[in-house]
Amino acid sequence: MSDHADHNSPEAIHKEKRKYFIIFGMLGVLTILTVTVSRLDVSHTLHLVLALTIALVKGSLVAAYFMHLLSERKLVFAVLGLTLFFFAILLWGPWHHHYDAMGDDLGQPQQIDTTSTTTKTH
Amino acid sequence: MDSHAHAPHAADAHGHAELEIPFTVEIRPDTGLYNGKLGIWLFLASEVMLFGALFSALILIRTSAPNWPRGSDILNVPLATLNTFVLIASSVTVILAWANLRLGDLKWGRIWLGVTLLCGFGFMIIKAIEYGTKFSHHLFPKTNNFFATYYLMTGLHGLHVLGGMVVFAYLAGPGAKMFNTKREQFVNRVEVTGLYWHFVDLVWIFLFPILYLL
Amino acid sequence: MPKRQLRVGTQWLYVDEAEKLLREAIRIRDEEQRQLHGSGHHQSFISKYIFSTDHKWIGVQYGVTALVFLLLGFSMMLLMRYQLAWPGKPFHPLIAKFLGASNAPGGIMLPEFYNQLGAMHGTVMVFLAIVPLAVGAFGNYLVPLQIGAPDMAFPKLNMASYWCYLPGGLLMLLSFAVPGGAPSSGWTSYPPLSVIATRGQDIWLLGMVLLITSSLLGSVNFIVTIVQLRAKGMTWMRLPFFVWAQLVTAFLLLLAFPPLEAAAFMQLMDRVFETSFFMPSGLVISGTPLVRAGGGNPLLWQHLFWFLAHPEVYVLILPGMGIIAEVIANNTRKPLWGYRSFVGASIFLGFMSFVVWAHHMFMTGMGTVINSFFQTTTMIISIPSVVILSALLITLWGGSIRLNTPMMFALAFLPMFAIGGLTGLPLGLAAADIHLHDTYYVIGHFHYVVAPGTIFAMFAGIYYWYPKVTGKRLSERLGKLHFFGSFIFINGVFFPMFIQGLAGVSRRLYDGGAQYEHAKPVLHWNVFMTVSAFGLLIAQIPFIINFFKSMVWGERVGANPWEATTLEWAAATSPPLAHGNFATMPVVYRGPYEYSFPGHEFDYYPQNVPDPTPPPAPPPDGGGGLPQAAVAQKES
Repeated sequence: MSDHADHNSPEAIHKEKRKYFIIFGMLGVLTILTVTVSRLDVSHTLHLVLALTIALVKGSLVAAYFMHLLSERKLVFAVLGLTLFFFAILLWGPWHHHYDAMGDDLGQPQQIDTTSTTTKTH
Repeated sequence: MDSHAHAPHAADAHGHAELEIPFTVEIRPDTGLYNGKLGIWLFLASEVMLFGALFSALILIRTSAPNWPRGSDILNVPLATLNTFVLIASSVTVILAWANLRLGDLKWGRIWLGVTLLCGFGFMIIKAIEYGTKFSHHLFPKTNNFFATYYLMTGLHGLHVLGGMVVFAYLAGPGAKMFNTKREQFVNRVEVTGLYWHFVDLVWIFLFPILYLL
Repeated sequence: MPKRQLRVGTQWLYVDEAEKLLREAIRIRDEEQRQLHGSGHHQSFISKYIFSTDHKWIGVQYGVTALVFLLLGFSMMLLMRYQLAWPGKPFHPLIAKFLGASNAPGGIMLPEFYNQLGAMHGTVMVFLAIVPLAVGAFGNYLVPLQIGAPDMAFPKLNMASYWCYLPGGLLMLLSFAVPGGAPSSGWTSYPPLSVIATRGQDIWLLGMVLLITSSLLGSVNFIVTIVQLRAKGMTWMRLPFFVWAQLVTAFLLLLAFPPLEAAAFMQLMDRVFETSFFMPSGLVISGTPLVRAGGGNPLLWQHLFWFLAHPEVYVLILPGMGIIAEVIANNTRKPLWGYRSFVGASIFLGFMSFVVWAHHMFMTGMGTVINSFFQTTTMIISIPSVVILSALLITLWGGSIRLNTPMMFALAFLPMFAIGGLTGLPLGLAAADIHLHDTYYVIGHFHYVVAPGTIFAMFAGIYYWYPKVTGKRLSERLGKLHFFGSFIFINGVFFPMFIQGLAGVSRRLYDGGAQYEHAKPVLHWNVFMTVSAFGLLIAQIPFIINFFKSMVWGERVGANPWEATTLEWAAATSPPLAHGNFATMPVVYRGPYEYSFPGHEFDYYPQNVPDPTPPPAPPPDGGGGLPQAAVAQKES
């Protein structure tokens, strides 16, 4: 049996339990931070950057420690790397078409009526 | 040199000669993976593309709309924040389940799987409350594209949560028999489902700020 | 006491080694007998033949189902071509009765029905016939055998894959029976038309979800199998090219299908829940404004659809190239020329296929930057195809070519694929595409790559591997009849399309262009093409007869009738053993195409045959007796 990832041996697992709770704590703090930051009075772009950055940090923690991606095999990294490249292309394509379009290709712009729905609907 | 390994056979409970597939449990040396682990990562890669398409749609629709409401003005942020905690907690409990099973403790493994299931239920109930209140205010997917994208993305995510719950229920329930017959394969199944579950958590980590806060 | 030696074939063996081999041979024979007459443990008919988890039987299930769908898609085309050649001419009364009054009242095809046939022909051919045949049938059957594995990595998942495909396919066909008929918005299902179309479109979308699920499960299975289950000694560079082609194909399916699935959900929501993902504001339909929130973008569908559909066309061609490579290497008795360039080109092709999709959208008002980007990537992607085609051609040079039926289909593939590929180039150039987009030129282009391209490769594969699957040979005479008929008529069907397209005849026209002035000089080609299509139908009859007849009365063959080098021929019986494929798991010692190996006794050197130990010197006194089975006294 190979010991490719030390997180599989019984001793390592005991040690890791503590690590998982620490990461959980960090994720909790980051979640609170996400909501707090969203309440700041800053530009929409800055909101976007901050929200995505924090989400990226949280996501990385989940991936690296909960999914053990840090100690994972090269092959998995390669598959994920390839996927992320195509993911980026997919996100870019339709948007760039809109950004670099000839003429007015969307017809009447949509008016989203928020007046009747702005009261919080819990 | 043993170059005559036979096609592996092992009789199962019904006396069928069940084919043993190599590297189902043991790790293939040159890749360092067992089959299920590679399989789930490949599946998760396809899921990245699935949610990627939804994010791409959201980006296009949102950037081309002349005005778009702030999520926090319309959606229930406190409930969604609670849901975020619930899902992250369930990610921890599933690892605890796997760890206990790996250490040979079926009882505590099943308990933690049960807690994970409970968290999943909690998530879905909170989701149902959210949707329910929206519907009662006549806010449907067809109301406008803000709601269309909100319902689509959270809805598909919710279906993924349900799917994971079904598998966990099986593993904690009838599937747990395998702990005594093919222990390592059973623990691997929990690990692999756990990876899927973490991914579902990961998607929510991005969905939450993008839909609710921006 | 001196040890005795026996000469067996090209080797000298000690007697106890010979005994071991003999026992092994007896064991294999007994295993085969057990397989034929039942082994005592009962597997129910349902679990053995309906819900089988054996990759070989699943491959057969896929193959038979796909061939039936191929025939159905072909029939749909015949109905359309009849209408195109003689617009408004009634069908034969029997056919008219079958089609029904809602589709062809008085035997005359309604335009709505023509559109249904058009959409379904494309859908059936691409998703229900070719891919399941190329990947589900050939891939499933051959990949585990060629890599020396007992089955796929996840046999139960394999079974689930088939059982998502069949219901999905049946659902699609059922759509002809719902009110409003089958989907009729093209196989491309562009909104807003598809969103306001009849109920059949919902079935298309649900059917696609099932098919995409099937594909997803399959692609995970293929990749894990190829990565993890290669036999000992089967390194990456010793894999048959067919396996490489299937690996790249599986990655394409894995990563490209999900965006279409997402888009299908969005279109379903647009149709059922009246959302506006793809519906712009201000739509007026037949004079009535559509009451909807609006604000959506029809182009979003096009992007998500083509993000899948472009890699999909490489899914259509790659397995075919894999088959052609196997058949050509075997029938030239030479290794493939430039094996590494095959591998590199197919990987590069797979990668590039993800970044060319918007060349299907040159006419949608994209700006110059984005147009240039996709035009450039499209030109680049033609390179790997040329590399592969050239390598196949160069392989022929200096070969001992055997002109059997699979080889004839394989040879025909080369110029046919060349025509298909070359006619893609003007389409990939945005400026030329302005004239050619949505004309018959496009239809000619893609049919050349898929019909005399991929389908010929499929035929080559069927003639080549039929003996392995059934243990019987297909008749060469009927095969050549099938080949020549198909080759002549298929060119008759598709070549005039380039002529019509260049003249500006649009696609998807119910009357074949009759109402347009610019189409008049080229309209007569419609009759020519339809007659060729019926000729093509007749040319398939020898094949259908051959297929069934040979199963019962075909010439029985051994394990390796083509004298091939790859594991499915060299290490498995015909058909292979039901459980686990091989009596003993093979070990691989060399590359996949060691034909005409210098110094070797035979002109093929199978992958699993170990290098021989040099034979000991024969005894000085000659021994006497029969030369082949001479038993020699030897000092130990």
